[in-house]
Amino acid sequence: MSAIETIAAPRKIPDRLDTPLKGAVLSWEALLIAVAVTIFVINSLASPYFLNAWSLSDLTFNFTEKGLIALAMALLIISGEIDLSVAAIIALASTLMGMALQADAGTPMLVAIGIGTGLLCGAFNGLLVTGLGLPSIVVTIGTMSLFRGIAFIILGDQAFKGYPASFAFFGQGYVWWVVSFELTLFLIAALVYWFLLHRTSFGRRVFAIGNNPVAAQFSGVRVARVKFILFCLTGLMAGVASVLITSRLGSTRPSIAQGYELEVITMVVLGGVSILGGAGSIAGVVLAAIIMGMVTFGFGLLNVPGIVMSIFIGLLLILVIALPILWRRLFGRRPA
Amino acid sequence: MSALLKYREMFLVAAIALLIAAITLRFPAFARPGNLAAVFNDTSILMILALGQMAVILTRSIDLSMASNLALTGMIVALTNANFPGIPIPLIILEAMAIGAVLGAFNGVLVWKLGIPAIVVTLGTLTIFRGATFVVAGGTWVNADRMSPAFIALQRGVFLGMPVLSWFAIVAIITFYLVMTRTPVGRSIYAAGVNPSAAVYAGIDVGRAKFIAFCISGMVAGLCGYLWVSRYVIAATEVANGYELNIIAACVIGGVSIAGGIGSVGGAVLGALFLGIISNALPVINISPFWQMAISGTAILAAVILNARGERKQGRIILKKAEAA
Repeated sequence: MSAIETIAAPRKIPDRLDTPLKGAVLSWEALLIAVAVTIFVINSLASPYFLNAWSLSDLTFNFTEKGLIALAMALLIISGEIDLSVAAIIALASTLMGMALQADAGTPMLVAIGIGTGLLCGAFNGLLVTGLGLPSIVVTIGTMSLFRGIAFIILGDQAFKGYPASFAFFGQGYVWWVVSFELTLFLIAALVYWFLLHRTSFGRRVFAIGNNPVAAQFSGVRVARVKFILFCLTGLMAGVASVLITSRLGSTRPSIAQGYELEVITMVVLGGVSILGGAGSIAGVVLAAIIMGMVTFGFGLLNVPGIVMSIFIGLLLILVIALPILWRRLFGRRPA
Repeated sequence: MSALLKYREMFLVAAIALLIAAITLRFPAFARPGNLAAVFNDTSILMILALGQMAVILTRSIDLSMASNLALTGMIVALTNANFPGIPIPLIILEAMAIGAVLGAFNGVLVWKLGIPAIVVTLGTLTIFRGATFVVAGGTWVNADRMSPAFIALQRGVFLGMPVLSWFAIVAIITFYLVMTRTPVGRSIYAAGVNPSAAVYAGIDVGRAKFIAFCISGMVAGLCGYLWVSRYVIAATEVANGYELNIIAACVIGGVSIAGGIGSVGGAVLGALFLGIISNALPVINISPFWQMAISGTAILAAVILNARGERKQGRIILKKAEAA
């Protein structure tokens, strides 16, 4: 498959979404919608507290912060790279915001420092990967230790508290009735990333690179530059998430957002983005974020410990990917 | 290829020697043989785990579920011991290796038979095994009061002047060396990573090689499950949380290439020792342990940058010319 063909049909996920049912249209997004509706119904039946506006509003806090990072991560993974350092970026950005707080920085300054730190960390990852041609999975395992390590060096086992009241709005405020600022931001970001990936030439280049970086390079795509921009975007979104989390918790600890990177990547993969690059959609990632939020919240209402939910999320991830393959093996046409 | 590996291992040996020399300047007692043996013993579990991870990485896969496998298997054997203290410890060790291998085989089957990328499979099983650890124990933990004395004592026993835990590591290193360099299994694991297409034409089943590698990594994770809970005398849901990345870091520092096919038993062991020396040295030279993460992160990046030069593919070079033109 050449890059040109893929650009013509960027939404087609090869080898996975060929419809197993003859004539039936089964897409990844349809599958996710079915899963989402099922979980929603189960939650509604299982708990009397699930179906009301405030409860559903609380639910969104479970996925907005990770979802924001997942949007940028989706583009990065489609381009064939990965960033495991996002949770560490959150910790470092939060720590630097805490330091600025000790120096009596105002809310605008705090936000600028949080987002700026994210952007710089992303640029650092991008430089190492594209500038030196290193494998991103190893580089970001390294920077993950480095970024969080710096947060630990600065903070030790301390915590920064006492953020100003105006700073609390980002993680705790509501724009209208039950619609939180975090949810609004997530929805706007989802639209922006959908437009970027599916409606611009930049998005086409991301798909082209993921399908065949060599062909893309020879077709005039500046592969290194696009990848560098994607690393910066992922870092930027981690910075934004850091502002939201720090604001919601009202404190900074170096162990903040532990394990988030794996949850974000799970979200992206569950959303139908191929970990091998070259295929995926923003709609799928948004659905996956909502599904993971609902699972977490629903189990929480039933007093199921978080660790047990992770079994369900893990199984969901493997099943959603394995079932279409199994289905095709069992009922698909045998290759001649 | 072998020349490249030799160069990497020599480089690591030199780096470790320099590290020990630098520590000795601040704290002369660190280089005493007794202390170095203690560092080796302390790093035993990481070394064994790094060897299992290396087998998987050689086949162009990655196993993120090792630490969760360790926690789950450790919990099961600790519960077995708590409920049936009469079962002899060698049987417990066999049980640990068998359970670990079965969990690894689950990863392997998904990778081999369904062709799902290893990173996705093991990302899923990482959370599944960790959750299962909580479930099998009903949310509780097993501590010293519920473990039999023999269960705890075995790996602390001394044999020929070395703790039994160190002997586990030594036996694992020798076994891995023989399997990886002297058997068809080892050769197929290397071949699957160096050039999968060529391996297929040479009659090697690449999927099967990956499956075997996952069984191996599962088996050593299971064994380390027993070693871990008996060493730290606690089996809990949080055991070895986040440790999967330390294992991969040891491999990367040891020169095991994430692109597959490049790596050696000596390298993986040295990589683990490098991390072990750092974590053991920081307290004695009065550096806050909070520095450890940043130091290992820097070491990983340095290793990747240094090792990347030997791994450049031909296509990359052509591309560089195209960029320059």
